[in-house]
Amino acid sequence: MKAVITTVGKDRVGILALMANACADHQVNILDVAQTILDDIFTMTMIVDTEACTLPFAQFAADLQELGEKNGLSVRVMAKEIFDAMHRV
Amino acid sequence: MNGLLNDEILETIEMIDRECLDIRTITMGISLLDCADSDIVRSCAKIEKKILCRAKDLVRTGEEISRTFGIPVVNKRISVTPISLLTAVSGGDPVRYALTLEKCAKELGIDFLGGYSALVQKGFAAGDRELIASIPEALACTEHLCASVNIGSTKAGINMDAVRMMGQIVRECAEKTADRDSLGAAKLVVFCNAPEDNPFMAGAFHGIGEPDCEIHVGVSGPGVVKAVLEKCGPAMPLNEVAELIKRTAFKITRMGQLVGSVAAEKLGVRQGIVDLSLAPTPAQGDSVAEILEAMGLSSCGAYGTTACLALLNDAVKKGGVMAAQAVGGLSGSFIPVSEDAGMIRATEKGTLNLEKLEAMTAVCSVGLDMIIVPGDTSAEIISGVIADEAAIGMVNTKTTAVRLIPAIGKKAGEKVNFGGLLGGGSVLPINQTANTVFVSRGGFIPSPLQALKN
Repeated sequence: MKAVITTVGKDRVGILALMANACADHQVNILDVAQTILDDIFTMTMIVDTEACTLPFAQFAADLQELGEKNGLSVRVMAKEIFDAMHRV
Repeated sequence: MNGLLNDEILETIEMIDRECLDIRTITMGISLLDCADSDIVRSCAKIEKKILCRAKDLVRTGEEISRTFGIPVVNKRISVTPISLLTAVSGGDPVRYALTLEKCAKELGIDFLGGYSALVQKGFAAGDRELIASIPEALACTEHLCASVNIGSTKAGINMDAVRMMGQIVRECAEKTADRDSLGAAKLVVFCNAPEDNPFMAGAFHGIGEPDCEIHVGVSGPGVVKAVLEKCGPAMPLNEVAELIKRTAFKITRMGQLVGSVAAEKLGVRQGIVDLSLAPTPAQGDSVAEILEAMGLSSCGAYGTTACLALLNDAVKKGGVMAAQAVGGLSGSFIPVSEDAGMIRATEKGTLNLEKLEAMTAVCSVGLDMIIVPGDTSAEIISGVIADEAAIGMVNTKTTAVRLIPAIGKKAGEKVNFGGLLGGGSVLPINQTANTVFVSRGGFIPSPLQALKN
């Protein structure tokens, strides 16, 4: 299953690395990354493949959210299907 | 990004995070027709077995969908066959059914269970009077159960004996729960043209033309529509405003359609309808009144309110209808006063009154909903309100409903707080001019010419 991970927070060194490592730790493959920094606010969107994920999806999503909270970041992990449904006919 | 634009991803996230977008309810409709038995104890046992079996995974599935898609699924609900039909076969005290349904609701962990209902638009059949008479007790001794009575339709006209009865029943519901801000009356809806596949409470029931079991979804999203309108300037013509609302309604409904199809697949039942209604909550920014204000009214209730609501209601349907496989339920825009922060504010400022709300119900998706009136409002006055509202529904071939809460012991202007999704607000003054002779006449108001479409 493809999923979207969004990360928002104050810009600092290592945010991308933090999320990328968390994905790698659970065999989640990063397919695409986009990031912007506006007024010191870092926003990153990743498209990932969770097919080989070592955890159930809901657990992986909750773990990443918790990791984000510990690091002062707002992290959301959502099935990509919902974005396709909303924005593509 | 893999077929999506980054802005689109962020737009969806903003809708959920800041604009209160959610799935208001996944409602499982369950037919209880095969549970009917001449022995009420056996009938209740069959109901319990069927509901617990069919809906055993409903809450878990709702939560799983919420975690997978990152979208809150606020309520998990069940609607059942109108219980008057089971009472017709079994006889006995219908409250037994109420207690059985409440037991099921608690065991399953669902939020509401609807269907303590009777359909009497053309007259009373066996079980109907008994069920209606038991509604106050049933709602007072249960927490999750919701009741509804359909007293009129475009095809049948208005059953004025039922209208008179329902005025008294609404009062009794309030009196029996006077220690809980008369909450009982908030769980009872009196309908004209009640839809049989409505996922929203308190009026949900599973109509007899529906399949054995199906999944309906009710979306929400007033906050999203409001946010979109706030971004457009004051010079934008209303036809362009309508286009913006259509586009937004489409996006919201697509999400509802996805959730409905996934839920139905996971639960192994047929997908029913998506109800396109914009359903407000007492949360700031999740208000239908604020959408109307964003269109250019200084306060909901100002002249122009009905026109804005008509535009909104229509655009929501037009946008949503292509996004869903099957549309049904109430579909449109709700205006439940105590559940909408903007409506509460407008009534407290005095810009929105019952007369204006009645006019609004001619163009919204339901009717006079969640309106708190003085505790000394007589049964006849409530019956009069029901009759007027039913007349609007009957003539306009639309659903109308009345959910008035006479706040026992309270006068106009005093505060009431139900909490949760039901909200609260000030008691609204109501026109107390006598209508006793009209209400006591009984009989029928014949169906209008609009009924003769064949």
